[in-house]
Amino acid sequence: MTAATIQRNRPSGFRISKRVLPYLLSLPALLVCIGILIPFLTSVVYSFQRYRLSQPWARQFNWGDNYISFFTDPKFWNTLEISLLYAGITVVLELLLGLGIAMLLQKRSTLNNFISIMLLMPLMTAPALAALMWKLMTNPGFGVLSYLASLIGLQDFRWASSPSTALLTVVLVDIWVYTPFIMILLLAGLRSLPTQPFEAAALDGVPRSFVFFRITLPMLTPYILTATLFRLLDSIQQFDIIYAMTQGGPGDTLTVFQVEAYLNFFQSTNVGRSAALMIILWAITYFLSNIFIKNWLRLRERARGHA
Amino acid sequence: MEHTSLLERILRGIALALVVIFFMFPIVWILMMSFQTNETILRIPPQLVFEPTLANYTALITGKLMTAAGTLDIAFMRNLWNSVFLSVTSVAVALLLGVPAAYAFARHKFRGSEDIAFTLLSFRFAPALLVLLPLTLYFQKLGLANTYIGLIWVYQLICLPLILWIVRGYFEDIPADIEYAYRIAGHSWFATFRKIALPLAGPGIAAAGLLAFIFAWNNFVFALVLASADKQPVTVGALAFITSSGIQYGQISAAIVLSITPTLALALYAQRYLVEGLSLGAVKG
Repeated sequence: MTAATIQRNRPSGFRISKRVLPYLLSLPALLVCIGILIPFLTSVVYSFQRYRLSQPWARQFNWGDNYISFFTDPKFWNTLEISLLYAGITVVLELLLGLGIAMLLQKRSTLNNFISIMLLMPLMTAPALAALMWKLMTNPGFGVLSYLASLIGLQDFRWASSPSTALLTVVLVDIWVYTPFIMILLLAGLRSLPTQPFEAAALDGVPRSFVFFRITLPMLTPYILTATLFRLLDSIQQFDIIYAMTQGGPGDTLTVFQVEAYLNFFQSTNVGRSAALMIILWAITYFLSNIFIKNWLRLRERARGHA
Repeated sequence: MEHTSLLERILRGIALALVVIFFMFPIVWILMMSFQTNETILRIPPQLVFEPTLANYTALITGKLMTAAGTLDIAFMRNLWNSVFLSVTSVAVALLLGVPAAYAFARHKFRGSEDIAFTLLSFRFAPALLVLLPLTLYFQKLGLANTYIGLIWVYQLICLPLILWIVRGYFEDIPADIEYAYRIAGHSWFATFRKIALPLAGPGIAAAGLLAFIFAWNNFVFALVLASADKQPVTVGALAFITSSGIQYGQISAAIVLSITPTLALALYAQRYLVEGLSLGAVKG
């Protein structure tokens, strides 16, 4: 007896429900998310308006004015520059460090596994709280890092409160929190590589640098791409660490996109400019996430054993 | 096959030690500060040996802060409770909504299914404030501003994509034949879902839930924008605490320790699933 004959014996309602069922199952999740799409569209509308919470009567469409004014607005260029700088520096450093640590821990041993689990702890710390931890450690009065800096001759090193070292300090916190993310993904990648190419290379006495650049790196590329793009997408939107540490300051040293939009909305109550900033950031992340999803899907297929 | 010289092993050892020190030091240091009085914290050079005190933790738990100027009330326990309540409820809601949807996406290729799944995924990568800032204005009109319901709804932005994509992978890994066999034996789709698919994907669902909990707990910006003091979780509360309590650094450290302990403990417990969860199901650990 085949499945087809069984299905034919079923009550007729069954087949209809089979077509509708997947929609019914995913509908609740969808409805919740549609509620989220409405504010997104609202943001688009706001970004084309002159809209200040402090002057609601003056609210009107000014079409592209918010965007056009960005071209001549040094504050906007500062935001763009610092956002790209922050994302670039953190991702490159985290990738290099993460790859290095993953290779140190590659061999499966009790100690290596123990260390890799320990290194997860910064990643599981809320970024905002991590920033507070570093804020305590870099306090000029009693911070242990300020003390250590003075030991190596950096008297009165101001960390996040000086414009020249504020970026360095938040980058350090970002590295502390997120390097383990890249490390753990690349470690999983390294350990999943087939062993034959490496054994063959060892038999032939191929130099290590050659093995690294010609075998390890190419085989690891999908993992590196996914981890890097993942971090890039998050890093260009960084808010928690920077806001908790300096609230964008000192001055406007660290007013990255989301911090600047937040300050525009809540301090200068300039909703229009804030929305336009977010739309530009969204365009950047949309572009990046399209590249990301392609790589991510390829890895996912591989993990499920379809490729 | 490995020919490692003594020198190389020493260098590797030093490198690993430096890595461990860099990543562990802040946690150890804050933990130590949380057991010190303000006097020992402010001593220079910083003290490695000190007489530990539980005064910071008792002050937080009783909610009374003794200062030279008098007694201050601190609402940190309230923040901790908000974190627990918001995270647990958000994950529960996300599981209720997300697991059936994940099953639908894994088992039925229906029209638009991939588009919907990717739209949900894209929420994970959209700038949070893009949605949050207009939402504050809507929430004020709808009466959802500063309510748990509003926050739990917005927290679905973090929890739902995570649960949907991880659990979907686990459902896809269950051979469809097992479910067909059970269906042929005359059971309804719901019985198949409940008796076959759910138990087999159980560990994955649990792991996705734990991860969603960690991410909900660690979230900062949603509550910063949408909640005022009485609904704020620890991430936002700790920031306000720094400014309000002035120079009580021991208490701030103790508050940080209490705030990060739950996620660290859960992460250690669920570490087997972290790789898969962090990559949204793309890399298996």
